[in-house]
Amino acid sequence: MDTLTALRLANPKLSRFSPMSRIIAFDDFDDGFCGYTQLVGNYEHTLDSMLAGYAQHTHPQLSNLANWDSGTHGAFDGNYALKIQTRAKRGAQNVALKRLTFREPGPIRLEFYFTFKPEANELRLSETDVRSIGFLYDLQTGFEKGGTRVMPHVRFLNALDGEHLQKWQTKSRTTELKPLGTEGKTVTHYHLSPTDWEDLKNGEQKLCYNEIPTKVNWHYVRYDFDLRTMRAISLQCNDRQWDMSGVDPIVMPAMRNLWCMLNICFFAEADTDKRALFYLDSVCLSGEFA
Amino acid sequence: MMRQCVTAVVSRNEVWSGKAASEPYECGWAGEAIVWLRCLGAVKGKPGTAKARVQISPDGMRWVDEGTKLKFPAKEGAIAHARLTNFGNFLRVVADMPKGASAKMLLTLTLKE
Repeated sequence: MDTLTALRLANPKLSRFSPMSRIIAFDDFDDGFCGYTQLVGNYEHTLDSMLAGYAQHTHPQLSNLANWDSGTHGAFDGNYALKIQTRAKRGAQNVALKRLTFREPGPIRLEFYFTFKPEANELRLSETDVRSIGFLYDLQTGFEKGGTRVMPHVRFLNALDGEHLQKWQTKSRTTELKPLGTEGKTVTHYHLSPTDWEDLKNGEQKLCYNEIPTKVNWHYVRYDFDLRTMRAISLQCNDRQWDMSGVDPIVMPAMRNLWCMLNICFFAEADTDKRALFYLDSVCLSGEFA
Repeated sequence: MMRQCVTAVVSRNEVWSGKAASEPYECGWAGEAIVWLRCLGAVKGKPGTAKARVQISPDGMRWVDEGTKLKFPAKEGAIAHARLTNFGNFLRVVADMPKGASAKMLLTLTLKE
């Protein structure tokens, strides 16, 4: 075992992660919001120009997973997790993100511990009330002719129309770009629209889901992506792994102001008129660069 | 450790009418809060008599009046605020809007350890 690995394994906070050689960000939400904020939609002159899909977003929260019947659940470690909460409406979404840029295009690894549940306002399991939880990168190449903006999307489709589907999906298309306002500087598109999700091959996964909606268990995800080729490499959730090399991300021409963008977004969707709650205990973003 | 201080925009450009309520916001980590309620415009009817107040909750689902009332900001650009302590884990602001009254609102929380 090399010294770097030994040091990381000896650190209880890092030992449950498997980062690449450089840790770009290690965010434990016991320390605060760590740079995660709400995804506010683009607008010009008036907030009314924001697409409805973005207008519904609200601020993430620091939660200790307090329950009406059993009190505080707490996080994977410590007391707090980042909570992304939708409104109480079927199809409602919310997104939290961290905005970075990259300094060297190469492999990056996103790891996080998460759980989800609906608002526990009924005395029943409610296992199909959360439609999905997921994550995406919003990326753009370094400044170059013919550069691209690339948005790999991954979601765990827990349920749809009341059916407990429990499968991973990806997305390769977004809606058309729509100009905003009159100055010709701002455009928008709704990349989290319900359309165009595709099943990941053999992507079904039975995640541990406890007996009542006030008990949760934490899960692990690892997602490897190459910023040089702008393509995914692999996905792991708990004991399952998938080769992602055949999965196309959303690709569009580069925008004039987003060079080297590296945004990490997490989102939740409700499948009933009940708030969906997506919790992140901690997130580790690492990369392989000198 | 430096104290955490966070600004959370909980309602943005939402039309408040009837029995309006902001989304539940969990913030038990904070020892103090200021709620800011700002009118963004689109005022209809006479919302100035709306009864706006702060509510707290043991679980984010069941709400009781905390005791603080806000003078409803009924003109574009008007802003009301209230300073809070000992609010537990969940906060929201509600307003009983008069019949036929509505306005677009921005609700912001300034939270501090």
